[in-house]
Amino acid sequence: MALLTRTERERSEPARSAPARTGVRRALSSPLSSAVVLLVTVVWTVPTLGLLVTSLRPQQDVAQTGWWDFFAHPHLTLANYHDVLFNGGFGVSDGLMPYLVNSIAITVPATLFPIAIAAMAAYVLAWIPFKGSDTIFFVFFALQVVPLQMALVPLLQLFSGGAHIGGVTVFPAVGMGGTYAPVWIAHTMFALPLAVFLLHNFIAQLPRDLIEAARVDGASHFRVFRSVVLPLATPALASFAIFQFLWVWNDLLVGLTFTGGAPESAPMPSRLAQLSGSFGDHWEILTAGAFVSVVIPLIVFFSLQRYFVRGLLAGSVKG
Amino acid sequence: MWGDTSIKLGNMFGAVAGFLGVLLLLFYLAGFARGRLSRRLAILLLLGPAVLLLLVGIVVPAVRTIYLSLFNEDSTKFLGAGNYTWAFGDSDIHQVLLNTLLWIVIAPILTTALGLVLALLVDRLRGQAVYKSLIFMPMAISFVGASIIWKFVYDYRDPSQPQIGLLSQICIWLGWHNPPNWILSHPLNNFLLMIIMIWVQTGFAMVVLSAAIKAIPEDVTEAAVLDGAQGWRLFANVTIPMIRSTIIVVLTTVMITTLKLFDIIRTMTGGNFGTQVLANEMYNQAFTEFNNGRAGALAVLLFLAVVPLVAYNVRMLRKEREVR
Repeated sequence: MALLTRTERERSEPARSAPARTGVRRALSSPLSSAVVLLVTVVWTVPTLGLLVTSLRPQQDVAQTGWWDFFAHPHLTLANYHDVLFNGGFGVSDGLMPYLVNSIAITVPATLFPIAIAAMAAYVLAWIPFKGSDTIFFVFFALQVVPLQMALVPLLQLFSGGAHIGGVTVFPAVGMGGTYAPVWIAHTMFALPLAVFLLHNFIAQLPRDLIEAARVDGASHFRVFRSVVLPLATPALASFAIFQFLWVWNDLLVGLTFTGGAPESAPMPSRLAQLSGSFGDHWEILTAGAFVSVVIPLIVFFSLQRYFVRGLLAGSVKG
Repeated sequence: MWGDTSIKLGNMFGAVAGFLGVLLLLFYLAGFARGRLSRRLAILLLLGPAVLLLLVGIVVPAVRTIYLSLFNEDSTKFLGAGNYTWAFGDSDIHQVLLNTLLWIVIAPILTTALGLVLALLVDRLRGQAVYKSLIFMPMAISFVGASIIWKFVYDYRDPSQPQIGLLSQICIWLGWHNPPNWILSHPLNNFLLMIIMIWVQTGFAMVVLSAAIKAIPEDVTEAAVLDGAQGWRLFANVTIPMIRSTIIVVLTTVMITTLKLFDIIRTMTGGNFGTQVLANEMYNQAFTEFNNGRAGALAVLLFLAVVPLVAYNVRMLRKEREVR
């Protein structure tokens, strides 16, 4: 969160700190430094450009010449996108389209559920102190340390086989195979420690007067939460929503583990990782598929850059 | 196919509507409670779901993973520390641990160093927003997407044919007529994969460090300049010490991400050609070899490696906040 405070400050007082840097800055001010930044920017951009260009070239061109040849002999086609989305050509009748739909169907609830549940918990921890609430907050906070890998196998066993202690069924096996439910639930669980922590920091700093005034007027905690806290916490909710959306959309580990990579429920990254292994030579298809999967995050990035950077910085230790 | 799509999206909307409906109904009903009961209900209904999900989803599974790590592959025979002695004794796993160590040392240091250089340079340039956006952009891309982008850069063709991989082509343009098959060349391939991680994370390091540099109080730098500090000395004796804790936070953050690295290895090599790392080996032990004992032991090792990093990271953050 300190990182966040810093970015905030940077934005609010850009002018004041400007002269302070002139010493170092002047020393490094030379055509050389511009050249370095320019070079890094080019190196950082060209691989993605290569992906985009290749995905738009006809199959024969892609197989026979490098993508930079496009600038000498420009031929454009959208056929690769049509192929990868609808025809497949990988022994799958439907191409990537079902996985794209799965990605959407997984990401929306897996973003919404943890935000709602975490905001509720954060409100209690911040505004309804009770015996043990500090301990609960600390445990939530500490759970951020646990890597996903620690929970993977037992959680999968629980979803597929239920839980038993000494022959007694504590939790029955539920038929969730082939549905999105395990992925939604797993993403929600894994998102909670960070979400509660971030939202608590924000919700605890809301003006005390506002919340107490509503309480005095006879509003229940539920009402205060819904009509005072949620509207005021919108910026924090939005930042976290963007972070979680991208995390789930880009995730491979959880999606692969809890869907098994089946077309009924697996998201795009798990399919792309599979294709990259077995169909690595069909670059025109692979690049088109990869571009379909990266274009949504890129749109979010370029349109909501400020929230995006804030959300990502806040969530950078998740996992 | 469209029928299939509409069913799937229907499920999604159904789940969201059901979730919100249940919440609203509970809120509505609980709103009737008065006095002490109301407070208790609020704690139970608002905090309960999160506590339950974390218990079932993280606490219990983590404890169970530790328990499973003491047993054989299908958890029928107690092995004690057997899986751990395997992890440290097996020569294949030695390679895995060595690779992981290389990754967590080299990738974070290069990422942070490059991010720091860019943070110092980029703010003075005209059009800095464009440069910053373009360098930060890979952060938006999934590791799988990034891997495919770079796999294409590293693509190998016989030198007698026209090249389609950018790296080989550049080598040929520069006069190296026989570039190797990059991904198959061990140990070079490990470093080529690290470039992907550096490519993704440098923008993050740059943005955080740039903010920290801007937050250095004016009077500190002014005093140093009056005392005659300039250029490199100002940088080494004032700027770096002032942002030391942020540098460490960036380093440990990238290190934690690197330690859990899974997607890049899986997409690029599947762990073959001597590029396997801990997190991917854990996945293979669990879901390819179906050995829950060994997978558990590797997960515990990963956990033990992460804990000090996170603890240190959090302490630095807290200290920083106290200073302010």
